[in-house]
Amino acid sequence: MYKVRLWSVKQSRLLETCYNSFEKIVVRLHPVWNRIGYERLEKPFALTEKAVKGFLFDCQMCGQCALSSTGMSCPMNCPKTLRNGPCGGVRSNGNCEIKPDMACVWVKAWEGSSRMKEDNVHVVQFAVNNKLHGRSSWLAVARDKNPKDNDQSVAKE
Amino acid sequence: MMEQRNVDLSPAELLPILPGHSSPGRFERVLRAGKFAVTTELAPPDSADPAQVYERASVFDGYVDAINATDGSGAHCHMSSVAVCGLLTRAGYSPIMQISCRDKNRIAVQGDILGASAMGVANILCLTGDGVESGDHPQAKSVFDLDCMSLLQIGRKMRDESTFESGRKLDLAPAVFLGAAANPFAPPYEFRADRLAKKVAAGAQFVQTQYCYDIDLLKKYMQRVRDLGLDKEVYILVGVGPLASAKTAEWIRSNVPGVHIPDVVIKRLAGAENQKSEGVQLCIDMIQQASEIVGIAGCHIMAYRQEHAVPEIVERSGILSRRNSRQAPVR
Repeated sequence: MYKVRLWSVKQSRLLETCYNSFEKIVVRLHPVWNRIGYERLEKPFALTEKAVKGFLFDCQMCGQCALSSTGMSCPMNCPKTLRNGPCGGVRSNGNCEIKPDMACVWVKAWEGSSRMKEDNVHVVQFAVNNKLHGRSSWLAVARDKNPKDNDQSVAKE
Repeated sequence: MMEQRNVDLSPAELLPILPGHSSPGRFERVLRAGKFAVTTELAPPDSADPAQVYERASVFDGYVDAINATDGSGAHCHMSSVAVCGLLTRAGYSPIMQISCRDKNRIAVQGDILGASAMGVANILCLTGDGVESGDHPQAKSVFDLDCMSLLQIGRKMRDESTFESGRKLDLAPAVFLGAAANPFAPPYEFRADRLAKKVAAGAQFVQTQYCYDIDLLKKYMQRVRDLGLDKEVYILVGVGPLASAKTAEWIRSNVPGVHIPDVVIKRLAGAENQKSEGVQLCIDMIQQASEIVGIAGCHIMAYRQEHAVPEIVERSGILSRRNSRQAPVR
């Protein structure tokens, strides 16, 4: 929902803290995920992630979440799906060139990231890997941060 | 059996690549020599006639260092930028090929970069592109597989590492000078210079800005650019263009995304006896004022439907005569 999405950007600092703690837990539980099997967990994880992040951010399930680098404003809601900043078409009132009633996702991202601890907005993000669409990015983080005992690295590029 | 054809394998007049240079083009040489560069834009024809491309280019003969070939600008159909560039290099022009991410995915884009380079194109401008909604085919599917940042990274990888994005080897890397666009005149203003820093990190060697009608905004932007040290890392060409009348200016302001025209400009045009020549004068003023700003390396004149005014603008602004008279260099 658009209003919730804007609220989330306003709470970017809080959400950052929450997510960082959450991520630590998910990463630490890697042995559990590994025993159950990452692929078996993929569906329930993706569904949960879609419900939570869909509500908070209008998440589009690109599968490689960039919210921590985009001030908690989901870049996939940009009509051009830009992941590195606003295009040149932003209206003088800060709204989108294509959807005149929507605030530019990147104007919001800049606001959101200025409230956050980490300064990831300046890091260049490469284009999305379309193979990961619909998959859980939480599981991907748990898998990627435990590179040693990785028995299944299915969707890893 | 195939007949051995007599084909000219180098359709363009290319210069040797100097040490530290990326491309065999004149445009990069002008910039690296610290000269104030002048580029312009060619409106590609709605036609299959090559003569129209040459007619449109010949207007600029002797006045510009390179010519941008737009890639479906404003999301309108025209002759493709690869083809326009291929024609231009054959006639000795130095084109800047624009690539927009709107219409092509990463497979098509890399093919175009190789093809263009094979035809003697030495400069590539990486753009995100306007949305299809603003064009003449709003029913079209937008691609946006890449953004301009990823496009720059891919171009640089092909050139410097001689591989496709996939890692597959190229037999000959494309020697291209890579550019991007910048818009200091749209929100979020404070982020615009930082976005330029990202483009430089992704591989941009030159940038051309959106139309500048607000010198104060440009000065503020350039201050931040210098604070970040970017003026030493990238050649910045300020975008300028003549406005035909106050009415046109109003129309552009409310219909063309990302173009900022302050009220004072519209008032100045409206109050002029001859609005068209006032528009040209305004463009000249803008070039002269911008050239005084530290870090501005050139200007990009976009004179849509007023291409014939480009020689006059260049001539009267004095930029080329100053450059050639070897007086104090602008930069």
